[in-house]
Amino acid sequence: MISGSSLVALVQALLVIAAAPLLLGWVDQCRAWLQNRSGAGVLQPYRTLRKLLHKDAVVAHNASSLFRASPYVQFGAMALAATIIPVLSSRPLLATSADTIALVGLFAVARVFAALAGMDIGTAFGSLGARREMLVGFLSEPALLMVFFTASLLSQSTLLPTIVEVLAQRELAIYPSLAFAGVAFVMVLLAENARIPIDNPSTHLELTMIHEAMVLEYSARHLALIEWTAALRLLNYAAIGLALFVPFGLAKPTDGFTGLLVGTVLSVLKLAFVGAGLAVIETTSAKLRIFRAPEFLATAFLLAVLGLLVHQLLGS
Amino acid sequence: MTVSGIEGILALVLAWLLIGMSGLAAPRALAWVGRTLFPLGAIVGVALACLAISALFASPETRVLPLGLPDLPMHVRLDALSAFFLALIGLAAAGVSIFAAGYFRAGAGTAPGLLCLQYHVFLASMAMVVLADDAFAFMVAWETMALSSYFLVTTQHRVPEIQSAGFLYILLAHVGAIGLLLCFGVLQGGSWQFTFDAMRNAHLSPGWATLAFALALFGFGAKAGLVPVHVWLPEAHPAAPSPVSALMSGVMLKTAVYGFIRVTFDLMPQTQWGWGAAVLVVGGVTGLFGAIFAAVQTDMKRLLAYSSIENIGIIFSGLGLALLYRGMGMGTLSALALAAALYHCINHAQFKSLLFLATGSVLHATGQRNLGKLGGLIHRMPWVAWLALAGTLAMAGLPPLNGFVSEWLLLQSYLFTPTLPHSLANLLVPLGAAVFALTFALAAYVLVKFYGVIFLGRAREESLSKAHDAGWLERAGLAWLAALCVALGLFPVLVLRALDGVNQQLLGATLGDRATSWWSVVPFTAERASYSPLVFGAGIALSVSLSYLLVRRLYHGRVRRSVPWDCGFPDQTPRMQDTAEGFGQPIRHIFGPFFHIQRTVPTPFDSAPRYALHLADRWWGWLYAPIAKAVDTGARWVSFLQQGRISLYLTYSFGTLLILLAFVL
Repeated sequence: MISGSSLVALVQALLVIAAAPLLLGWVDQCRAWLQNRSGAGVLQPYRTLRKLLHKDAVVAHNASSLFRASPYVQFGAMALAATIIPVLSSRPLLATSADTIALVGLFAVARVFAALAGMDIGTAFGSLGARREMLVGFLSEPALLMVFFTASLLSQSTLLPTIVEVLAQRELAIYPSLAFAGVAFVMVLLAENARIPIDNPSTHLELTMIHEAMVLEYSARHLALIEWTAALRLLNYAAIGLALFVPFGLAKPTDGFTGLLVGTVLSVLKLAFVGAGLAVIETTSAKLRIFRAPEFLATAFLLAVLGLLVHQLLGS
Repeated sequence: MTVSGIEGILALVLAWLLIGMSGLAAPRALAWVGRTLFPLGAIVGVALACLAISALFASPETRVLPLGLPDLPMHVRLDALSAFFLALIGLAAAGVSIFAAGYFRAGAGTAPGLLCLQYHVFLASMAMVVLADDAFAFMVAWETMALSSYFLVTTQHRVPEIQSAGFLYILLAHVGAIGLLLCFGVLQGGSWQFTFDAMRNAHLSPGWATLAFALALFGFGAKAGLVPVHVWLPEAHPAAPSPVSALMSGVMLKTAVYGFIRVTFDLMPQTQWGWGAAVLVVGGVTGLFGAIFAAVQTDMKRLLAYSSIENIGIIFSGLGLALLYRGMGMGTLSALALAAALYHCINHAQFKSLLFLATGSVLHATGQRNLGKLGGLIHRMPWVAWLALAGTLAMAGLPPLNGFVSEWLLLQSYLFTPTLPHSLANLLVPLGAAVFALTFALAAYVLVKFYGVIFLGRAREESLSKAHDAGWLERAGLAWLAALCVALGLFPVLVLRALDGVNQQLLGATLGDRATSWWSVVPFTAERASYSPLVFGAGIALSVSLSYLLVRRLYHGRVRRSVPWDCGFPDQTPRMQDTAEGFGQPIRHIFGPFFHIQRTVPTPFDSAPRYALHLADRWWGWLYAPIAKAVDTGARWVSFLQQGRISLYLTYSFGTLLILLAFVL
């Protein structure tokens, strides 16, 4: 049974997967503008992906099949996440099969496989990156979960579509619990996507890198998939943030074609705004020392828990 | 042939005992014990699980056994709760027994035949603990379980560390058992009837009930490994041979959970919500403590033992939540929390057994338990490595495997609290959720360390190149448990339906929406939350294989092999990989106050520089050292009674006699 809404949802998911590198290109372009450079254009990530896909993969002698399977698993998990998160319309493909907790689980799948692959070759940097990635993950995952909990308590549901629809219908006001959760979420987003101040996506300074250290051994199509996964992760997180904190304007299944069109335009504008904001944050802040990263993330976790407690105490 | 549930199960327990006895017929005949008796034990395990699963849907049955003291016969009862735990024992024991068939070799320590006896007595006593329907039978089975497992722990009884681990185990087992004896003493409520039926009907005042609850928490907590009575667990579980560690961690800890549920949910009809809050706090602390300590371990079996403490903490926090909701009269929520805790019990039984068995295979192949001397075994032992990966991912709580299902259920039960009628509980539940989320995320960290250091990377020792994969019996045992991990992850609705009987029996309430499909878990209503592991798993499989096929079809699959890149550093040695200490270092750094750290750092002038780090549990200093000191001081105080002269002892006896006579007359 393929109804109109599930067709829309399928198209949405494919569109998100295809357009993910565009957001990354946009953030990089904004950064370039802010830093008085002309930049490579928003299509640069696609050129990189094309180049990488055409190259021969170089794999270390002692790589196991886990190493070669891992990029596909990471990409698959992130692509599946794109079918859970409402980006353009509020009814994504797997709306009722997986809720926010399963979404967090899906992110964990990608992270664990990335870390395991990082340890597989047995190089100094690979295991260092894996350890640091898991360090970031074990603090940001519960923080993300707590953010979802706050939204779930407000909407009495853990399903993202329901959350979005309930939150979008409330009158425009600042909810203290959501304010705490929002700050925590931005911190989690920065950490999970390996952005400044936790990690620098464009660094190759060996001792400070986290995510890049873990994927050092990858090349060609494997690396392309990993880069694409990173782009997809950024778009997924941005979409989650928009769905939770600025849910207005998402098309509902009953809205028809014009509603969908308006929703799409609004979503694209919001995403562009998020990308520019990210570029501002990255340009104006410095990278933290790795030892400070746990403090940053613990702050995010505490803020998220505080949001939850504020909701329990004030009921809003 | 129709066998009524309870007779069939008793016959199977007897069969386990007989198999054990047959081991004595030829104690040194490895082929007889390994190739015949242990596989038979596994078949009995499967049969037990099948009978127990059918009994889950039947009405309770009771029997009086012609055993025990003349006017104190043993009562047994098979109801939904005991059937669930019997199924758990049977399923896990089947996998462990098959593995054990290939595992035990001739060598130092206990003879195989004797080991077979101890092993099967252990299994049978666990089944009897779950079946017992009076305090007498329960305590007999409980003590048999403790003793048989003590002998199994001390299989290598010539090693001093194992001797002391065994002593610590038996000591705390008995301290816990005293708590249980007292608990049953309070529960009979003046009727002097020790059957569980009498206890259900005894009316206790709130004060006495709280005392009984506290004693139960202490007694069962000592067996389950709750903080602060957990210290025996990381000593005893690694000391035992791996199949025994698997049984102890995977199954024996669950009998303590069973006992706690039996006493607090079944035998005490009235619950106060404060008990639930206490259990929630203890469980949360235990879970976090276990996860943090597991992250810094360097011995693979100790790491798993601490991770068992963590999982027990998770189970108990679920039970605490269930008690709390029950005390506030919220049936459905309580049922959800209890179902989540029970689900985690059966999940933990499978994946922890699987991982302990995998460490056993690694130990056999390499002779190493130290994580710092392993590495790269995925190339040498692919079967063990890939099957252990299933357990690793399941325990890390990744969907669509089984660990995620219980995590999901438990989070749901934390989440859908309407405003609770007490402000303290209102704060406690979200905080509990936060601690639980942190614990689960830490578990993923621990498991990446466990798996990555043992199986991935490069071999840290030359000798590892001679490691060999496990034999086919061992593989079969591992595969059985891995398959259960997958099945329990993909078909949670069937398990939850089976758990309805338990919920109905203990709480009189079941999970919400009954009209749900068989593939989607819906604890309340479809708008609130739902999770379909089958769709989810199919989605992951589809998107992974699609991306693989598309990349291959649209581009190419050419691969060139080369030396590792590693930013261009030449001359890499395996020692440049992260060690187990290194992988745990961030956790040690963040949670520093949890550990008692002793560090010796070399000075620049040392001719032979040496760095040593010793991490210890602070509870030793906080709790156990003062108790030991108090016992010592007390012993010195009363030692003046012991003068070594017979005339003085006769005077003591005379004095005692006089005092007793004064009482009698």
